[in-house]
Amino acid sequence: MKWNKRKLTDRIMSGMSAACVIIAIIPLVSILYTVTINGISAINLDFLTQLPRPVGEPGGGLGNAIQGTFIVVGIACFIGLPIGILSGVYLSEYGNNRFGRFVSFVADILTGTPSIVAGMFAYTFVVLYFKSFSAFAGGVALSVLMIPIVTRTTEESLKLVPGSIKEASLALGIPKWKTTLYIVINTGKSGIITGALLAIARISGETAPLLFTSFGNMFWANGLDKPISTMPVQIYTYAITPFPDWHTKAWAGALVLIVLILVLNIGVRFVTRRKYAM
Amino acid sequence: MKDRKLSFFLKSKFSGDNIFEGAVGLFAIGVLIIALLLFGELYLESGLSRNAFGFGFLTGSIWDPVSEVFGALPFIFGTLVSSFLALVIAVPFSLGIAIYISELAPGKLRAPLSFIIELLAAIPSVIIGLWGIFILAPFIRDYLAPPLSTYLGFLPLFQGPMYGLSMLTGGVILAIMIIPITSSISKEAIQTVPIYQKEGALALGATGWETIRMSVLPYARSGIFGAVILGFGRAIGETMAVTMVIGNSARISGSLFAPSYTMASVIANEFVEATSKLYISSLLEIGLLLLLVSVIINIIARILVSKLLRVEGGGRA
Repeated sequence: MKWNKRKLTDRIMSGMSAACVIIAIIPLVSILYTVTINGISAINLDFLTQLPRPVGEPGGGLGNAIQGTFIVVGIACFIGLPIGILSGVYLSEYGNNRFGRFVSFVADILTGTPSIVAGMFAYTFVVLYFKSFSAFAGGVALSVLMIPIVTRTTEESLKLVPGSIKEASLALGIPKWKTTLYIVINTGKSGIITGALLAIARISGETAPLLFTSFGNMFWANGLDKPISTMPVQIYTYAITPFPDWHTKAWAGALVLIVLILVLNIGVRFVTRRKYAM
Repeated sequence: MKDRKLSFFLKSKFSGDNIFEGAVGLFAIGVLIIALLLFGELYLESGLSRNAFGFGFLTGSIWDPVSEVFGALPFIFGTLVSSFLALVIAVPFSLGIAIYISELAPGKLRAPLSFIIELLAAIPSVIIGLWGIFILAPFIRDYLAPPLSTYLGFLPLFQGPMYGLSMLTGGVILAIMIIPITSSISKEAIQTVPIYQKEGALALGATGWETIRMSVLPYARSGIFGAVILGFGRAIGETMAVTMVIGNSARISGSLFAPSYTMASVIANEFVEATSKLYISSLLEIGLLLLLVSVIINIIARILVSKLLRVEGGGRA
């Protein structure tokens, strides 16, 4: 009798764990489903290439927001990738000391920075200085979020490079810096690229840091020192209006953004998984 | 003779190795500088508000931009309650997911399942917010709130009218957003449990569940605790999705059905419109608080997680 009760508990708890997984997947499925269903009808060539129109006027698109997202993310990469990757190289190859471990720890903590705080930082640091919202300020805000991620992923992927490869190179009389540059980085290349792409996917969807840095713009980008429209901010602006027409645009924008990000994510994982399987 | 000494000196100090190490080291210092600037800027720029209100800023419940009285209590309350609510919902689910994926699922399902759960973390906050406004909020208003107020309506938590945008909706959406991180780190913690620990329990005749409860979970305790704290940190800093569904009303209410306001959402909503210096400075002080809290939470969580992994000797968190 007692044995049965124990077995029953075992079954029930196992079933409940499985149920947790299923319930947790429901929101994901629902999000993907509703974004697709509500967004797909509004997507056409005009939507991807035209400027937004005032409410009530049919047509128009998010062309400038798509352009702006690429520009702002591009600036973030321009600032963030060199700092992130090279500091990661330092931490993995020269960072086995107190300073290195401290930097690594700080980078770890920085990955938890609330994104809106990064936006405030870029506001006080860049916007107040140039006295204008700008694409550049948006890029700075996103790079603050990007750098710690890239630093840590680079460090981790270079640490996976087998010591024997490094020793082989050093034994041939090749100096350490050349070994690092040509052997270690080359071997850990795919890990670095994976980390960079995942960081790009993460920042492309960020809204909060852009609200008061790159701000928004109803026209095409006209310089890095001017406010610029981005997809996430445009989706937010459309979503909180009371106009059904703009809601549809928000869903369509969300679909474009989600496809972009999921392609980056899934693509990266497939590439790396094949790598590890070998 | 002197020449050779000098060239030897130059060679040893300015060798390719030293130059390279110094160059990449500069970038590593760059990471520290960013951290310092982040704090420094927010600290300096919030000086006006810190001088004007002192500690009263944390306990004042009046937020009135017109007469320039700023107290952050309603936002601190909203952030803490919504994040705590998110934990109450997310932790049991995350544990279930972590246990299922690391202990119970068939081998072939494990990687795809954790990938799908983590995919949720890749979806931009603003899109989750969009879904929250149009799908989740009406769902909670029509299907979750009525039974709650019918059966648990005697609790002050579930009283009053429910319009969809509320503390409850904010908590649920935060729970959805922190499940990926809490479950994946709990899973890592559970995976560090040595096999003999489990075999011992099984050999004593324990069922699968008893093994998990008595030998796996206690061993992974500190890592799971770290995962929960990390989830809390995420919930506190989360901005867009919460801003879109929590109702944005700076009133402290005992009911989860009432709209609320969080620290991050007041910044998102009011920063652009803030006109006076004191107003901006007050918002920056909220930002500074947010940063401080999330840094402290992250430090605690990292220590808890890495302690477990170090004991096991398997890599760092």
